[in-house]
Amino acid sequence: MAEIVSLAEAIADAVHDGDTVAMEGFTHLIPHAAGHEVIRQRLRDLTLVRMTPDVIYDQMIGAGCARKLVFSWGGNPGVGSLHRFRDAVEHSWPGPLELEEHSHAGMANRYVAGASGLPFAVLRGYSGTGLAALTPNIAEIACPFTGETLTAVAALAPDVTVIHAQRADTAGNVQFWGITGVQKEAVLAARRSVVTVEEIVPSLGPRPDAVVLPAWAVGYVAVVPGGAHPSYALGYSTRDNDFYVSWDAISRDREAFGGWLAEHVYGTGGEPQR
Amino acid sequence: MSGPPGGAAGGEAGYTADEIMTVTAARSLRDGMTCFVGIGLPSAAANLARATHAPNLVLIYESGTIGAKPAWLPLSIGDGILAETADAVVSVPEIFNYWLQPGRIDMGFLGAAQIDRFGNINTTIVGSDYAEPKVRLPGAGGAPEIAASCREVIVVVRQSLRAFVEHVDFITSVGFGDGPGSRQRLGLTGAGPRKIITDLGVLEPDPRSLELVLTGVYPDVPVLAVKQRTGWDLQVSASLSQIPPPDAAELAALRALTAAVPSAGGTAR
Repeated sequence: MAEIVSLAEAIADAVHDGDTVAMEGFTHLIPHAAGHEVIRQRLRDLTLVRMTPDVIYDQMIGAGCARKLVFSWGGNPGVGSLHRFRDAVEHSWPGPLELEEHSHAGMANRYVAGASGLPFAVLRGYSGTGLAALTPNIAEIACPFTGETLTAVAALAPDVTVIHAQRADTAGNVQFWGITGVQKEAVLAARRSVVTVEEIVPSLGPRPDAVVLPAWAVGYVAVVPGGAHPSYALGYSTRDNDFYVSWDAISRDREAFGGWLAEHVYGTGGEPQR
Repeated sequence: MSGPPGGAAGGEAGYTADEIMTVTAARSLRDGMTCFVGIGLPSAAANLARATHAPNLVLIYESGTIGAKPAWLPLSIGDGILAETADAVVSVPEIFNYWLQPGRIDMGFLGAAQIDRFGNINTTIVGSDYAEPKVRLPGAGGAPEIAASCREVIVVVRQSLRAFVEHVDFITSVGFGDGPGSRQRLGLTGAGPRKIITDLGVLEPDPRSLELVLTGVYPDVPVLAVKQRTGWDLQVSASLSQIPPPDAAELAALRALTAAVPSAGGTAR
C-alpha cells in the first residue's frame, strides 16, 4: 500500500547501493527531482535502466552513481550527445560504465514481460543487427505453432522503479496522462516503486485518457511540484527546451558539470530545480 | 537547419543545402500516407510535407503520438505539442507492438550516422572495437524495427566520407544486409530503403544489385562532388535526374516551421 512520504525518505527507503533502478518517463514526466535525490544521497554501483537515458542519467552517470547502464537510445533529444555518458564510455570518467543496449521495441517488451510475470517476451526485432551478439538477453526463438523464427528478450525486473506523475489522491492512488511511455509496465515489473507527483488531491476525478496505478500497486508517493523539470507534466508545465539546449555546454566540460552539480543538486535541500 | 550549403549550390541559389535536402525529402511523401518519423531532419521534412502538399499525412512518433499535427518543429519526440494535437496517444509498448510490428505503417523516415552501399545504418559506435569506441553514438532507439517493419524506408542524411562508408562499423538497422535475398532470409517484412536523400542529391537501390546508386542531383552539384563524398565507388544511374530547386512556397513553409524552433540544432547525433 502506498505510503505518502518526503522524496528524501522515499529514496532512502526504496533505493540502495547496488540496486537495479529504472527511472522511466518517455521525454514526458521524467523524474528529474528523484534523480537529483539519488545523487544527493550518494548512492553507488547502481544498474540504471531506462529506454532513453537522457539528461537525467547523464547527470547520475557523471555524478558517479552508475556501474551499468541498460538502455536503447542515449542522446539529448534534438540537441546531440550526452557528454557525461560518452565520457564514461569513451574515457571511463568518473568510472567505467558497463553497457547493455537494446532497441526501443526490445526494451518496451522487456518491461511488458516483467509486468506480466513472464521470463521473456517475443517480438519481431533485432534481426540482422549487431545488437543481439552483445547480450545474452536477446535470443532467437522458434514459434511453437508455425516454426517461424522470432526474437525473445529477457524480462526486466528492476529492484525499484521511479516515475513522476501528474497527481495522486490522499490514499496514494496515482494518475498520469499525456505521453505515458512505459511507466505502467516499469512500475508493475519492479519489486519496489517511488512515484513523485505534482500534487495530491482529495480524490482523482475520472479522466478517460489517464493511466491509474491503484495505491496497493505503488510503494511510495512523494509530492514534488515541478519534479520533472526540465521535462514536463502535461497540464502543469511545458518542456524546458532551452535547458536541454543549454545542457550541451554544461555537460561537455567536467568542471562545468561539477559546478552545476554543486550549485543545483548538492547545494539544495531537495526542492526541485527551476 | 541553416548551415552553409554543402554542395556547389551556393549562396546565390537562395536556399541552403539543408533546405533543398529537407524539401526533397518532403516531396517524397504522398498525401494520406502513414509515416513513422525520427526526430531532426526527418521530422522537419515530414512536417514540411504536411504543411504543403500532404495535409493528410499521418505523423507517428515513437513516443506514442499517432496523427500528431505540430504547428512548429518539435525539439524532441515527446514535446507536449505532439500529444496535444494527436489523434491518439498510446503507450510505448503499444506503438511498437500494435502499430509498427504488424506492418501497418507505410513509411519509416530515419537519420543515420553511417550508412553503407546496401543502406545498412549505424547509430551505435564509430570504431572497430565495440568495447573501446572512438565515438559513442546514441544507439538504436526505434530504428531497427522501423527499418524492418515499415512498408518502406527513406533515410535523410548529410553526405560525407564520414557518413557514407564502404562498411558500417556496426549494423544498428538493416537496409539490404549484404545484398539481394538478405531481407527475406532475416524475416524483415518491409521492403527496405527506397531513397537516401542527402544534401547533394538522391541515392536509390539498383533494382537488381540493391546497391545504392546516384539517381538525382541538385542544381549545380557535379556528380564528381557526390562521388568524392562517398566512401565506395558510387555508381551513377543511366537516367540521372536534375532535382528541381525548392520553390518559393516550399521555402516559405520550411522557414516558417523552423523559425519557431528553440534551438539551432536539428540532427539526432
